[in-house]
Amino acid sequence: MTDIIHLSATELAAKLRAGELTSVAAVQAHLDRIAAVDGGERGVHAFLHVNTEEALAVAAEVDAIRAAGGEAAEALHPFAGVPIAIKDLIVTKGQPTTAASKMLEGWMSPYDATVITKIRAAKLPMLGKTNLDEFAMGSSTEHSAYGPTRNPWDLDRIPGGSGGGSAAAVAAFEAPLALGTDTGGSIRQPGAVTGTVGVKPTYGGVSRYGAIAMASSLDQIGPVTRTVLDSAYLHELIGGHDPADSTSLNEPVPALVAAAEQGASGDMTGVRVGVIKELQGEGYEAGVQARFDESLEALRAAGAEIVEVSCPNFKYALGAYYLIMPSEVSSNLAKFDGVRFGTRVLPTEGPLTIERVMGSTRAAGFGDEVKRRIILGTYALSAGYYDAYYGSAQKVRTLIQRDFDAAFELADVLISPTSPTVAFELGSKTDDPLAMYLNDVATIPANMAGIPGITVPGGLSEGLPVGIQFLAPVREDARLYRAGAALEKLLEDTWGGRLIDQAPELSAATTEEVR
Amino acid sequence: MAAHIDDLVDFDVALEKYDPVLGFEVHVELSTKTKMFSSAPNVFGDTPNTNVTPVCLGLPGVLPVVNKTAVEYAILIGLALNCKIAERCGFARKNYFYPDTPKNFQTSQYDDPIAYDGWLDIELEDGEVFRVEIERAHMEEDAGKLTHMGGATGRIQGADYSLVDYNRSGVPLVEIVTRTIEGAGKRAPELAKAYVAAIREIVKNLGVSDAKMERGNVRCDANVSLMLKGADKFGTRTETKNVNSLRAVEHAVRFEIERHAAVLNSGAPIVQETRHWHEDTRTTTSGRPKSDADDYRYFPEPDLVPVVTTAEWVEELRSRLPEPPADRRKRLKADWGYSDAEFRDVVNAGVTEAIEETIAAGTTAAVARKWWMGEIARLAKNADVEILDLGVEPATIVELNSLISSKKINDKIARQVLEFVVAGEGTPTEIVAARSLAVVNDDSALGAAIDAAMEAMPDVVAKVKGGKLQAIGALMGPVMKATRGQADAGRVRELVLQKLGIEG
Repeated sequence: MTDIIHLSATELAAKLRAGELTSVAAVQAHLDRIAAVDGGERGVHAFLHVNTEEALAVAAEVDAIRAAGGEAAEALHPFAGVPIAIKDLIVTKGQPTTAASKMLEGWMSPYDATVITKIRAAKLPMLGKTNLDEFAMGSSTEHSAYGPTRNPWDLDRIPGGSGGGSAAAVAAFEAPLALGTDTGGSIRQPGAVTGTVGVKPTYGGVSRYGAIAMASSLDQIGPVTRTVLDSAYLHELIGGHDPADSTSLNEPVPALVAAAEQGASGDMTGVRVGVIKELQGEGYEAGVQARFDESLEALRAAGAEIVEVSCPNFKYALGAYYLIMPSEVSSNLAKFDGVRFGTRVLPTEGPLTIERVMGSTRAAGFGDEVKRRIILGTYALSAGYYDAYYGSAQKVRTLIQRDFDAAFELADVLISPTSPTVAFELGSKTDDPLAMYLNDVATIPANMAGIPGITVPGGLSEGLPVGIQFLAPVREDARLYRAGAALEKLLEDTWGGRLIDQAPELSAATTEEVR
Repeated sequence: MAAHIDDLVDFDVALEKYDPVLGFEVHVELSTKTKMFSSAPNVFGDTPNTNVTPVCLGLPGVLPVVNKTAVEYAILIGLALNCKIAERCGFARKNYFYPDTPKNFQTSQYDDPIAYDGWLDIELEDGEVFRVEIERAHMEEDAGKLTHMGGATGRIQGADYSLVDYNRSGVPLVEIVTRTIEGAGKRAPELAKAYVAAIREIVKNLGVSDAKMERGNVRCDANVSLMLKGADKFGTRTETKNVNSLRAVEHAVRFEIERHAAVLNSGAPIVQETRHWHEDTRTTTSGRPKSDADDYRYFPEPDLVPVVTTAEWVEELRSRLPEPPADRRKRLKADWGYSDAEFRDVVNAGVTEAIEETIAAGTTAAVARKWWMGEIARLAKNADVEILDLGVEPATIVELNSLISSKKINDKIARQVLEFVVAGEGTPTEIVAARSLAVVNDDSALGAAIDAAMEAMPDVVAKVKGGKLQAIGALMGPVMKATRGQADAGRVRELVLQKLGIEG
């Protein structure tokens, strides 16, 4: 049954509902795939924890309900029994949650995130927890305290970050669905460089309760899948108001599946697509720019009206992001002090005062990138600097929102390359934080404005995936699915199938070289 | 560690040279069912670390949600302090590392308090009214409670280890901050006590706090500075933290005035710092240096959205405000006809409501006071509990009183009956029946006792016969003894006179 793992989640769900396949078989096929490609020296290493027992138990439960039929079977969620992987920044009962940090090594959450509660209620077996940059800080997953994840398209390259584990798991057919979190691009940029689909919902569209906070005003949980329609289903499942999250929107989830189905016709007639002048050209690789231009042509040919929009304040976005995000990080990560949970490291000499225990715990528990951001944020919030740094950055945020407001007067959706480059080689940027930060230049503005964004595969450049990003106004996530599904259909027609099926075959984890 | 006793200047001498300037920050713990930002129960005194959720433990991934009742209570406090209520306000994070604060930041209001620009008239004992201006009242969350173990003093210095109880972590607080208070002069300590007493009374009257200072429901930080008489610039202040009784507030302010004067007289500067209050020695000692440059790196709490207060909501809350305690006291004192001293005793004993209810249940104001300030107060004192903790119901007083006026029992028996009521034996009527305590006014039974007494005391009988009617009292003792105290004293007197053929 090697075919099982290549099915999209929607296809898999249909087979489960039709009784052509059991959930246990589907889960086992993915567990076998994980066992085959994830471990070992040159394994993908998408997973930090594999949840074999529970996943199979949930699958068996779904199979039993389906077998018994009747109302209980009718009441099952359409995706019941379809396995899913969870970014290890989202807390889960019964599985460890580490945020890829030594600080939380061995920590078991006593509660479930709201999205996990919804996934349990819908009976999606959880395959395990996926790797990320420590506390979601990074664009390559190299900042994981448990080792990097490899890009299934080229095991010597990064899978993007911070959600490289979720993207790689989906790209390597280890899971049909995954959850990610996106603070400055951590769903979309890994999606782009692994040839998968990722969505950052409107801020407040999905509850953040139980996602370990990096930057509260920017974080958002979203779907990671291989098709736009799969993301729509998963987004509808995890979205909606949550009284436990004060910032969650108090309104129903938009009709996203319907929008994706509409888009799948490939017809873009009457849709105004705004090309963001500032998010192309210099700094964007030629191959990335070429695939982007082809996507525009495909959309134009399908009836879309292509317009150019200008967002002049985007040039300040990265700088402002690197003040607001670390400021919130410095406060959000203060709780990791060794007092109540997680790692506690005692000082090796000197008196055992609480300050010194907290200090040695944080010195040993956090990696360099996390420390860099905590220090930067602490500085930016300091008396005498607050107005110049945090205050100014908040003003930039307002300006970016105004840029988007103006752009959405002219266009229904905006479009840009998701990432300026294809996946780079492991280790090539770890010593150059600024070069690493530039990966997110096209994704950060959406977080700063709270608007939704999607990345869909846009083809290959030198054999590596390029991502195309659509952005929509706040609460208009449905427009992303319409446009994303349309582009997906148009490009697949030219490729003669899914891009992901062009990915090199991964062999067993013991193999030295990818054939 | 014994507190270091600083040099002091006699209070009156200090006040000849300096004017004290005061300022107060009073923290009021709200009596909401749940905490400020979580659904954990807000209950005092439970087993440590049982009233907690992931939110009040600050576990990874948690988010706060504002308790609407706490906001209403904060608005009520603001309105009772004649404050303006912000139409829109928010929370901020005050960042500092301390193990009683699980997130290592406190969620508090910073530059946009929910209530601001108010005032409160404080009536001193002699009736002088002093207006205290309120700068702001803002919402925040309490920290957990640290217990330092192994040291001699219970303070962190010298402790072997510390235990932390997060039951209090996240309990809603309203912090009430005054503007600087000038012109109190020698009355500064008295004003300090009266101000905190007034806040305590207001929040209790509003029903928004249990207002028990001994439990930390109301905690006062007292700021004191001195300025030379006639100077136009304030002196450096000190802040004495967590002064937790009315008497201590008065003593702490007095002590700091005496200490500041001594320091200033010596030519040394006052160090701006927090001070710790020591009830045992009635002194303060130096805490940590505090400056306005303390850097808490405040920034707006990104996990919360602003609190919006509509005019309708505020007016609805305003309509719920009870009569202000000071107004109410004036009204009750006049209605009841108590003297100043009598009324003050009643207030200080905390039985104003009990007396009000007893009168409503059907006794006169005088009878109600006689019971609550007399026998009930005496029983409470003997049992070493608060008067109200005896659990005596106003209906019990009414019942006792009617048993007396219908001559079923006398005053002395009534007092015994009250004791049995407190002991849980039932209602007064039940107890009188069960213990056969009804007054003996059966003439034959009384007659025998009287005859015996008269026979035993011929000299008394002779005096009565000789016209000294008050001598009858001497016969009362033996008669009461023979009837176990249940004789109706009036009837005994009538019978004696009758037996001696004297017209009463």
